[in-house]
Amino acid sequence: MYNKKFTRRELLNYIIGISGAAFASSIIFPTLKYIIPPKGTDVDISKITAAKVGELPPNSAKVFRFGNKPAILVNTPQGVLKAFTAVCPHLNCTVQYSQEASYILCACHNGKFDLNGKVISGPPPKPLEEYKVNVTGQDIIVSKV
Amino acid sequence: MDIDTIKNRLTGWVKERYHIEPFMDIITKKTVPQHKHSVWYYFGGITLFLFITQIITGILLLFYYKSTANTAFDSVKFIMTKVEFGWLIRSIHGWSSNLMVFTVFVHMFSTFFLKAYRPPRELTWVTGVFLFFLTLGTGFTGYLLPWNELSFFATKVGTQMAGSVPYIGGFLRTILRGGEEVSDATLGRFFGFHIIVLPLCIFAVLGAHLAFVQLQGMSEPISVKERKEKKSIPFFPNFLLRDILAWMLALGVLASLAVFFPAELGKKVDPFAPTPVGIKPEWYFLWMFQALKLIPSKVFIFDGEVVGILGFGVMGLILLILPFIDIWSRKEKRSLFLTLLGIFMLVFIVVMTIWGLIDN
Repeated sequence: MYNKKFTRRELLNYIIGISGAAFASSIIFPTLKYIIPPKGTDVDISKITAAKVGELPPNSAKVFRFGNKPAILVNTPQGVLKAFTAVCPHLNCTVQYSQEASYILCACHNGKFDLNGKVISGPPPKPLEEYKVNVTGQDIIVSKV
Repeated sequence: MDIDTIKNRLTGWVKERYHIEPFMDIITKKTVPQHKHSVWYYFGGITLFLFITQIITGILLLFYYKSTANTAFDSVKFIMTKVEFGWLIRSIHGWSSNLMVFTVFVHMFSTFFLKAYRPPRELTWVTGVFLFFLTLGTGFTGYLLPWNELSFFATKVGTQMAGSVPYIGGFLRTILRGGEEVSDATLGRFFGFHIIVLPLCIFAVLGAHLAFVQLQGMSEPISVKERKEKKSIPFFPNFLLRDILAWMLALGVLASLAVFFPAELGKKVDPFAPTPVGIKPEWYFLWMFQALKLIPSKVFIFDGEVVGILGFGVMGLILLILPFIDIWSRKEKRSLFLTLLGIFMLVFIVVMTIWGLIDN
């Protein structure tokens, strides 16, 4: 099989084929690279002042911006401050606090979480990621654990 | 000079220059079967009419629409409140998209149940299913453009669903969103998809779809084919005139809906505000939305939403390759199994949609 000789036509066909593939790759590769957005444009922070002391009465909550994602700060009916990511682990909707029932609700698919972030009911596959809350002077500071 | 002379001179002028006889033959000699199921033939034509309406009103909307997160909502508001008949153009665009999705559904399912995909029309079916996907994609991308609360969260859920596809999901989501989150970058991309990429794809696939229909003619249902006596009418002008009548009816429905139920503007999105209670996607995605609500978080060892999305994917795949799996239709026989499968899919979609509409 190593003795097989190419005819001129076969050789030209191979060369044209390879050149064609190279030509196509030279178009496809940069196009694909171009449509993938560059990294590093997202803001990644680990600590933020989410609210001021006294801003949140017990049994209330506030959704705030934490880097490029929303987070939720809850003052429980017992007056304990808790913070979680506000991004539902199911399909990415932003959760909210239900004052009537004192749980965290995702309005998209009815996912419910308790005030420890654990799933009570609905389709979310995992709990809400919890953040650390510290009070420094008048500031309520939320940081990633 | 009377009209016939002008017509003859014009045709003569064209015929001297171009070899158009084969095309004229297709049009003049083509016939359309007439039977009790003929009414379903008109839905393809109505869909085409609605697509043309979409193109025209879409171009008009482009005169004022601005596709950035800061300007999109206000530009749509401007169209709705300041531009003369802006509300009408946008309402017609919105309603014709909804009606188009509806007629595509009807056209597709009627073709499904009449087994019109059987040989030699397999590729007509496949191109049709691609058109169905492209229509849904165009609806989905267009929905985000007003940049209101509803559209923002619908896009979040939709792109996250794409992100749940095993292995390539993360890549797909990033490509669609133009980043990690739904943002200004997503709006820019969706705008590009909505006004250029998807319409160009639709034009290409639609060209092939219509060419196949013209070359092969309309399919006759198996029950009709078995009959000895068959009726048919000429495509030109008889069927075409009836088609135009159906278009006029569609225009009437469209105009009435646009006037009596004009498109709403909604509330400008705040990407860092909670998703409002009662949020729902467009009605044609509601069945998927509702199904995802009902699937538990874990199905065996898999995440519920991954199972759901794979299920939708399998449904889409079955639709796409239907002519090649329906081995009975090749022998001009009806498969009870596939008919029942079609009924199951249709009932599932209808029930989930209604459930989604009434469920809060």
